Amino acid sequence: MPSKYSAEKASLGLRLGALGTLLFLYVPILIIFLYAFTTDEKTFSFPLPGLTTKWFGVALGRADLWSALTLSLQIALIATASALILGTLAAAAVYRSNFFGKDAISLLLILPIALPGIVTGIALRSAIGSLDIPFSYWTIVIGHATFCIVVVYNNVLARFRRMQGSQVEASMDLGANSFQTFRYVVLPNIATALLAGGMLAFALSFDEVIVTTFTAGQQTTLPIWIFSQLTRPRDRPVTNVVAMFVILITFLPIFFAQKISAEASDTEGDK
Amino acid sequence: MLTRISTYFYRRPNLSLALLLGLPLLYMFVVYLGSLFALLLNSFYYLEEFTGLVVREFTLRTYVTVFSPTNLGIFGRTAGMAAAVTIADALIAFPLAYYIAKFASRRARTWLYIAVTVPLWSSYLVRVYSWKLILAKEGILSWFINLFHMNFLLDWLLSLPEIGGSSLSLSPIGMFIAFCYIWLPYMIVPIQTALERVPKSLIEASGDLGASASQTFRKVILPLAYPGVIAGSIFTFSLTLGDFIVPQSLGNSRFFIGQAVYSHQGTSGNIPLAAALTMGPVVIMIIYLLLARKTGAFDAL
Amino acid sequence: MTNPAIQFEKISRHFGDVKAVDEVDLEIRDGEFFSMLGPSGSGKTTCLRMIAGFDRPTSGRILLYGQDVSDLPPFQRDVNTVFQDYALFPHMTIEGNIGYGLMIKKVPVSERKRQVDEMLDLVQLPGFHWRKPSQLSGGQRQRVALARALINHPKVLLLDEPLGALDLKLRQQMQVELKAIQKKVGITFIFVTHDQEEALTMSDRIAVFRDGKIEQIGTPAEIYERPATTFVAGFVGTSNLISGETAKRITGDARMFSVRPEKIHLATANEKIPAEMYSADGVVREVIYLGLYTRYMVELDGGETLVVIEQNLKSTSMDVLKAKDQPTRLLWSKDHINHLGA
Repeated sequence: MPSKYSAEKASLGLRLGALGTLLFLYVPILIIFLYAFTTDEKTFSFPLPGLTTKWFGVALGRADLWSALTLSLQIALIATASALILGTLAAAAVYRSNFFGKDAISLLLILPIALPGIVTGIALRSAIGSLDIPFSYWTIVIGHATFCIVVVYNNVLARFRRMQGSQVEASMDLGANSFQTFRYVVLPNIATALLAGGMLAFALSFDEVIVTTFTAGQQTTLPIWIFSQLTRPRDRPVTNVVAMFVILITFLPIFFAQKISAEASDTEGDK
Repeated sequence: MLTRISTYFYRRPNLSLALLLGLPLLYMFVVYLGSLFALLLNSFYYLEEFTGLVVREFTLRTYVTVFSPTNLGIFGRTAGMAAAVTIADALIAFPLAYYIAKFASRRARTWLYIAVTVPLWSSYLVRVYSWKLILAKEGILSWFINLFHMNFLLDWLLSLPEIGGSSLSLSPIGMFIAFCYIWLPYMIVPIQTALERVPKSLIEASGDLGASASQTFRKVILPLAYPGVIAGSIFTFSLTLGDFIVPQSLGNSRFFIGQAVYSHQGTSGNIPLAAALTMGPVVIMIIYLLLARKTGAFDAL
Repeated sequence: MTNPAIQFEKISRHFGDVKAVDEVDLEIRDGEFFSMLGPSGSGKTTCLRMIAGFDRPTSGRILLYGQDVSDLPPFQRDVNTVFQDYALFPHMTIEGNIGYGLMIKKVPVSERKRQVDEMLDLVQLPGFHWRKPSQLSGGQRQRVALARALINHPKVLLLDEPLGALDLKLRQQMQVELKAIQKKVGITFIFVTHDQEEALTMSDRIAVFRDGKIEQIGTPAEIYERPATTFVAGFVGTSNLISGETAKRITGDARMFSVRPEKIHLATANEKIPAEMYSADGVVREVIYLGLYTRYMVELDGGETLVVIEQNLKSTSMDVLKAKDQPTRLLWSKDHINHLGA
């Protein structure tokens, strides 16, 4: 196990390099937090001319932000719910049986996150155009679900594979039918994987912009609102506040999802 | 009642399997593969310039446009950027990946792993935005450069053709920094995974045989980390090829592939050309994957 | 007369081209401790899984006390299983695990509790209600798995190599306990194992499996003393198989026969041959001292090597090692040979 290496000390150069990389990952995020409090309206000047919390109030009062946020949340929730159902079904099928084309199915599910987002985006856009489907809330949800399914699928499948022994058979042997077995044995076993997969899916959907750009038409989700500010900045201080908000709302679920997964594989290692 | 339904399905394992798989497969086949097919189909249509309408008949003329000098320039520029980002990320990622894999305690390893993967999954757009703040003319980076009286260096860099621009936040250099930042976690994780597979005995054996620490590093650790680097490069390369957010936010009028696709489908409604242009990254990635497979990189994914 | 507990009528189970179980007929009597013995891949586990309902026969019928259950799913069969890996539910307490079957049957909580207590006493784990499976040792998990199955009072209890994961001492202790529990509850036990000693110790009857077929069914004594085939003779204990010229020289009959190593007496080269004994002359080639007994490899004049086991009743390792490379005469009672069909 690599942990035994902790006995040896890393060289100073390596430790500094590692620290440098870590800082590179996180300092920009801290800078966003900092700018949420700037008094500067027109530019991104540094050092900050002054500190204020008034932009939080301004952001709260903006109707366009509220509607973008509502749309994003709705989409993320529906996409996550669909991904939970479809991803779990697919994971259960792949786990319990051996069938022709099993590997192809895994590949197909992974494709939407393996290919650059723009491919999925323009593909969906082509389909929407070819079939003359009007842009709607549902065109966005459908786009998001394609890449959310795989994170639920991966999490749940990994948990199925870690499930100890013949629990499903044991449950049926003791008189439980398939529904009871799912409720009392399978669900408790995969619950945290569903939670982790669901949170990942939610965070992915909530700040997705590339695919959304192609499937949203004239609708504005929160990421699309931010993107419009990136190319044509009009409300700099408000954008800073929104950026901080998005970090919090996506970092936390991902953090907990990763922690759940890490703990699950840890208890595995202890056995 | 439920028991009777269960019994019915238990006797028909194939039917149960079909029911489980049916919904997700239907979704992926119809929505995803269907869309990919529509993409391919659209790339063989063309836009009638006078009417501005898409003509739905088979033609190769859109592909002819794809190979125009302008578009070839875009492909070259994008691939060059992707390559530069990939190399830089491999260099930046290595120390942290090496430290996590080989030196961190079990507890620290879990936390560092989470620290790397959280930005991998989240806040992509906002993390691009952070560089808008940092790279701005009046922003924090300029302030630092000023502090150390290095302005002449920055001015010289920005005056370079191809990679320069009016300010860091509107130049390929700025884009390069932002790309490196955004995709860095995708490089750290596979390198770390590859390094974790290097057994301790191998490093000790090298030491026993009289190799110095730096020799061990060069002759043993680097070659074994190589599949991880290749695996990471698949992500960094592919993601850079397809991205349009960074060029749109930090670039200038010199287009990148993603940006071209984005603008063709948007303002002019030229979906056929956008579709055909997208085939560029797809083909480049397929070639890249085929080459990468030979190095055994897929085991490190 | 009651119906047999389990009856196989020409049961086959094919996996593609592989005949895991091939037209097996079998009757297991009410209340007996029945073992299915065989090497891995011999079809014994598949037979067990078909009785439980996890696997369905490709052809044939399985009767449980006269009722055809071939087509019933596991949750509709009055049969319970103790799994090789125990398959305890890790998210439930011991009480939850043992009471699972009763909960599914919607037995009221108080009654369930009473029965769980009873079971915990039966398997000697009183007071373990609130522990989790991960807090138990292998032997304790084994007992919980047993209690979880027995609480449902199944008509037949299936045990799939349940002792395989335990160390030798614990295994021997559990063998005795299992047998005692079976006597107490009076349920038919079907025990799958590849360990011949385990099968001989506990069973009323044993079926020896090979390549999807049953080679022999009989009591432990029958299987051991009168193996029907060379496979059974070799798989259950150690056997010396003698055939052809040498057999003819010893018994006057060229048919193949087997003789167990412990039945052979190692005598001095010129010892007189009693009338009720067979004899063979040879040289001791190898002496392996094993504490309780000593194993000798004796090369007969005809070229075959026989294994002889003698208990170290009086001898020490110094004594037995002197026998190496000495000529010897082997003697054994005429009753102790067993002619084999094939």
